[in-house]
Amino acid sequence: MKFDHIIIRYGEISTKKRNRKGFVDKMKAHIRWSLKDIEGVVLTANRERMYVLLNGADHVPVIDRLKGIFGIQSLSPAIKIERDLEVMKTAALYYLNHTLEEVNTFKITTKRADKDFPYNTDEINRAIGGHLLRNTEDLKVDVKNPDLNLLVEVRREAVYLTGEIIQGAGGLPFGSSGKAMLMLSGGIDSPVAGFLSMKRGLDVEAIHFYSPPFTSERSRQKVIDLAGKLAEINGSMKVHIVPFTEIQLLIQKQISENYSMTTTRRLMMRVADRIREKEEAMALITGESLGQVASQTMSSMFAINEVTNTPILRPLITMDKTEIIKIARELDTFEISNLPYEDCCTVFTPASPKTKPKREKVNYYESFVDFESLIEKAVSETEILTVKPGQTFDKEEAMEDLF
Amino acid sequence: MIYFDNSATTKPYPEVIESFMKVTSDYFGNPSSLHGLGVQSEKLLSAARKQIADLLKVKSSEIYFTSGGTEGNNLAIKGAAHAQGNRGKHIITTAIEHPSVEDACQSLTRMGYEITYLPVNEFGQIDVTDLKDALREDTILVSVMHVNNEVGSVQPIAEVGKLLKQYPNVLFHVDNVQGAGKVSLSLSEANVDLCTISGHKVHGLKGTGILYVREGVRVDPLFHGGNQETKIRSGTENVAGIVALSKALRISMNNQLLYHDKLQQIKTYLYKGLKEMDGVLVNSPEEGAPHIVNFSVPGLKSEVLLHALESEGIYVSTTSACSSKKRTVSKTVDAMYHHSARSESVIRISTTYGNEMEEAKQVLAAIQKIVANLEKIMRVAK
Repeated sequence: MKFDHIIIRYGEISTKKRNRKGFVDKMKAHIRWSLKDIEGVVLTANRERMYVLLNGADHVPVIDRLKGIFGIQSLSPAIKIERDLEVMKTAALYYLNHTLEEVNTFKITTKRADKDFPYNTDEINRAIGGHLLRNTEDLKVDVKNPDLNLLVEVRREAVYLTGEIIQGAGGLPFGSSGKAMLMLSGGIDSPVAGFLSMKRGLDVEAIHFYSPPFTSERSRQKVIDLAGKLAEINGSMKVHIVPFTEIQLLIQKQISENYSMTTTRRLMMRVADRIREKEEAMALITGESLGQVASQTMSSMFAINEVTNTPILRPLITMDKTEIIKIARELDTFEISNLPYEDCCTVFTPASPKTKPKREKVNYYESFVDFESLIEKAVSETEILTVKPGQTFDKEEAMEDLF
Repeated sequence: MIYFDNSATTKPYPEVIESFMKVTSDYFGNPSSLHGLGVQSEKLLSAARKQIADLLKVKSSEIYFTSGGTEGNNLAIKGAAHAQGNRGKHIITTAIEHPSVEDACQSLTRMGYEITYLPVNEFGQIDVTDLKDALREDTILVSVMHVNNEVGSVQPIAEVGKLLKQYPNVLFHVDNVQGAGKVSLSLSEANVDLCTISGHKVHGLKGTGILYVREGVRVDPLFHGGNQETKIRSGTENVAGIVALSKALRISMNNQLLYHDKLQQIKTYLYKGLKEMDGVLVNSPEEGAPHIVNFSVPGLKSEVLLHALESEGIYVSTTSACSSKKRTVSKTVDAMYHHSARSESVIRISTTYGNEMEEAKQVLAAIQKIVANLEKIMRVAK
């Protein structure tokens, strides 16, 4: 006895009408990719559902992977068996003993599409229910709110058993919303912002500002490790590492201290927007949360946002730090982010940055400095890495031989 | 030379030594140093940790590096006992554990801990119902080895784990020094909280080892200092040894997939051959690990047979290598058969990947010849 297929239910895609096929195709492609190394599995889809036929493969790793795929509302493992009451009983017990969550209460719901089957719905319910109760300890029937509603579907060709409902990741299929650039600092917030954007179907690339010697190689490594985590979702993540030292030095020299932070953010935005244009993406993503730090007050955002009219997505804008940390822990990015290395945000922070910067003032200060050539230079010298899941080395491939 | 003492130690794979040499000479930085050399060492360390975590199907943060099996077992047992000591002071283990488990437990009795030793049957296995009966309100830890180092019996780890799942306050430690790379064990399916592995038993280098500590399980450190290994094991990391260990474990587990059947065939051949031999009693269970065959020639001291085999270029062990200097009887064989002539004359043959059937044939022939000769000389009473 073995599970032989998994039923996949669509989430929000099911509300789509004429463009549904596009979403389904994207999700199908992503599921195929994520299961590609599991031998035997076959994916079929219709307008309402998808089915993964296991063909002998173990269902647990398949479910594990499907659980991380955006666009899937829920999953159910299922068994196809012959039309024989004894086999149905055995299969029901097998199903009960192999659920992922513990089951204390259950009910049986039989659907008899084939009315020629010698037993009626009631008889089937009773036979299977009795068999389960006789062969388990501490299991109870609960028809109102059972842990497991075991569905028995009697059809002309076979009997299908299913019932356990495993929550999927929700969201929209990968890539169905286009591409956006994530400003990935190495802190706790930005990877979470990236994750939530990916959940809504965005194909995300990361931009990191690197200022040696003021920031250490470890903070750059941290960003690669974080990108490696996010890459688990779809197999890889492009990271643009922008050399930012020269711009920062110029800001330190030319901009009044209490406005240096505002100008730094504005320049990061300008550089990021330039890279976005090159990569043909349509938005920038930040991990900003309203009022969290000086650069994330409403006045700051108003002053910083002035440099571009590209949509800036801020998935965390209304979240509290504790809520963000909770997601970061679930993503396993918290521990990486929490490592204490200097990044570009911490080194040059003035003692008392403006929390209510004014657009006129920042424009006035910046009007005396020519940043354009340095922006060009930073964009052209940006290093592009493609980070694979769990990748630790950025370029020292020689090291791989050691393992 | 025929080296059949792979449960004492294995020969490091050449690729493993290569990695060690390269890391120790080219990447000698301290992984805690802030400069680039330190960063490189730290990268190697985390890559090794990740590789090992992937091989064992656990998280990187659950892997701690130690100096080997003895430290791993001590850290697991004393560390868990000290961290849980306020909840209870009762520990359950088996009568056939390696000294690093047995004596670590024994040392705790001086601090008021009580130890229960589970007996084993003639197949060298504990009975899970004995364990169930031994569990008490104040039990904090159960330590059961996976593969016995003397006779190769395999304990019902999955069953023990299933039982202990119902006792969430009881930690489960598994000494997997002899099982790693030879007998599969799923840490998650068996609900294992702590698991010890040694580097030099999987063709890595001596002085390296792994302790798996399940996320959320608290262990007090044995060593205090620079707070390496998230404070559980201070001391500058042996980066070269650790990288070498990650490679050794990968190759060993790969060999397990490829050559398990061959190893089993050699064992079955030795087992059957010894079983049929006059004057020889086989102590290992037939269903045991595929790399250990333990036998006795009652009346003949182990050491005599060992040296006689050595003169033929064959290297084997009496009892476990760690106990063999003490000239004691085999604890495991004694616990299984309660027969002193049998437990005083024990020889352990232990193989690994790369051993050939031809070698096993030579060894069997040599044993046959030597036993026949010695029995004449020593007038062994039958």
